[in-house]
Amino acid sequence: MGKTLFEKIWDKHVVKEIDGGPSVLYIDKHFIHEVTSPQAFKGIEKRGMKVFRPQQIVATADHNVPTLNQHLPIGDELSRNQVQQLIENCAKHGVELYGLGHPFQGIVHVIGPELGVTQPGMTIVCGDSHTSTHGAFGAIAFGIGTSEVEMVMATQCLMQSKPKLMRINVDGELKNGVVSKDIILYIIALISASGATGYFVEYAGSAIRSLSMEARMTICNMSIEMGARGGMIAPDQITFDYMEGRLFAPKGAEWTARLAEWKQLYSDSDAVFDKEINIDAADIEPMITYGTNPGMGIGITKNIPSDATLDDNEKRNFLKSLNYMGLQPDTPIKDRNIDYVFIGSCTNSRIEDLRMVADFVKGKKKADGVEVWIVPGSKQVELQAKNEGIDKIFEEAGFMLRQPGCSACLGMNEDKIPAGKYCISTSNRNFEGRQGPNARTFLASPLTAAAAAITGKVVDVREYLN
Amino acid sequence: MSKAINEVKSTVVPVDIENVDTDQIIPARFLKATSRDGFGKNLFRDWRYHNDDESQPKADFVMNDPKFSGKFLVAGKNFGCGSSREHAAWAIKDAGFDVVVSSFFADIFKNNSLNNFLLPVTVSEEFLSKLFAAVKENPAIEVQVSVQDQVIEVPALGLKEQFDINAYKKTCFLNGYDDIDYLLSIKPEIEAFEQSR
Ligand code: SF4
Repeated sequence: MGKTLFEKIWDKHVVKEIDGGPSVLYIDKHFIHEVTSPQAFKGIEKRGMKVFRPQQIVATADHNVPTLNQHLPIGDELSRNQVQQLIENCAKHGVELYGLGHPFQGIVHVIGPELGVTQPGMTIVCGDSHTSTHGAFGAIAFGIGTSEVEMVMATQCLMQSKPKLMRINVDGELKNGVVSKDIILYIIALISASGATGYFVEYAGSAIRSLSMEARMTICNMSIEMGARGGMIAPDQITFDYMEGRLFAPKGAEWTARLAEWKQLYSDSDAVFDKEINIDAADIEPMITYGTNPGMGIGITKNIPSDATLDDNEKRNFLKSLNYMGLQPDTPIKDRNIDYVFIGSCTNSRIEDLRMVADFVKGKKKADGVEVWIVPGSKQVELQAKNEGIDKIFEEAGFMLRQPGCSACLGMNEDKIPAGKYCISTSNRNFEGRQGPNARTFLASPLTAAAAAITGKVVDVREYLN
Repeated sequence: MSKAINEVKSTVVPVDIENVDTDQIIPARFLKATSRDGFGKNLFRDWRYHNDDESQPKADFVMNDPKFSGKFLVAGKNFGCGSSREHAAWAIKDAGFDVVVSSFFADIFKNNSLNNFLLPVTVSEEFLSKLFAAVKENPAIEVQVSVQDQVIEVPALGLKEQFDINAYKKTCFLNGYDDIDYLLSIKPEIEAFEQSR
């Protein structure tokens, strides 16, 4: 029997199997950030230890940083202290840090791929659930808790039970105005916010193969939003072309040797998955969420679902969610007014996302009363946007181009959406309070968000495309 | 103090809500601390309080109802989804809970709980709905759990179920062992593995 992509990588990283328990899995790369690492550093220090393999860790500050005036000291004392601790911990333990002010600083899941740190065939972890992003390169990448961060710091290993495997095939051609964010929102709406719990997902099919690396990252990024441990896509020429020449990608003879290995990373034709789902790309519309988990998404032309067929328990939970959002069952989502537009986060803050938005808004102006924040995923994305003149397009449109960080994705740093306001967001979570206490989030693609910025409403972007 | 847990018997706090994500368990703005302690007061912060201080509790939230207390947190399905923040498990443990009961847990939350000696017990939908109904009727009702026997029961209802926990983690719970202790004990094997690649 053949092996899946996942199994090929997993098997190469098992140090040891434990009877009736998990496997000891070796970790190649470990990303850390300021929020989930301080307690782990404290933990190993309490044991009188140093970080075991500091060269295999890359650190950045992203969650808790301001996205304006990054050259100034951070105003909030607790935030400043947390970022300062990261600096001290990294210095003490010899960990490379791309902190504030560094030309490589940015959201951890944006910088790993763009620096060429993320590579096919690797095991990659980070104390952050969207570590699944790195799976787009054909890596086993998943989020971990702080105790596990400590384990990896101490031993470069984790105790992991092998997950079940699911393959999601998306075949056919995407309709105009439909982008990778719509694919993943469609999948999550189809199988629900818990539909892939216990599974690792491989995305396959012609529609996936045709996507750019950045678009693939958007899809793998949101795997966690259906409960999956991670998501992955087999590497191919598009992957190799993206990687070649990046700072930490292998060079010369090393590149040739690794390339030969990477080309073996695919699921064999007779590999068996525990579950398989087939999707026709042509069925996907621009998507938007209406509720308070990412599984509550619909095509833009559809009505918010009715509660008529739900049982009492489902109804109570459903109405709680709609009540938070200030929405009614069985009404259209289209034409609802919005107050904020957030284009950013590890889901959609890469250069292609900014280009997509810039192409759409060029020569247009934002709607009155709408505030539009564009937050590039990294310093390098920011620089590239400036080099391409994208910053001018945003400026003319009345958008605010901020500095790199997680920003309004999580309501932790200064960037929060005010209570009761509606924000159309390219991020990945619409949970209650995610973007700030009582903020209301519609998740959508950068294209749909751009159209909302111009019209001030939730609209079907296809009506505005030539 | 040993972290080991085997038998727990107590009343319960019912959070009858599905898809409780870790942003609800502890909102991101309370993740700025650099130690593991003190997160309990921010558990379910935005469901518990109107403001960022404790002066305006929300009357309708179960944790503000003095009738309910105990070492068991009982919640609707898909508990702990979303962010990987271990602070969620720390907050629950810090607030005095030893066991979380649901019909379905998100993976990372479950791992984080296991790593903090907070026992996640997965029960059937039927067990869960009976338990919710019973607690609402009688907040004094007690639940008991045994890690050794892998059994959860509600004696007053004659309700009893086996639950799963892998053999390795069971040993950890019964003896108070951490994964990290185990990994450190096999460091020579890890180094040998590195050499062999
Ligand atoms: S952008 Fe949002 S989802 Fe991504 S790492 Fe930052 S906080 Fe997490």
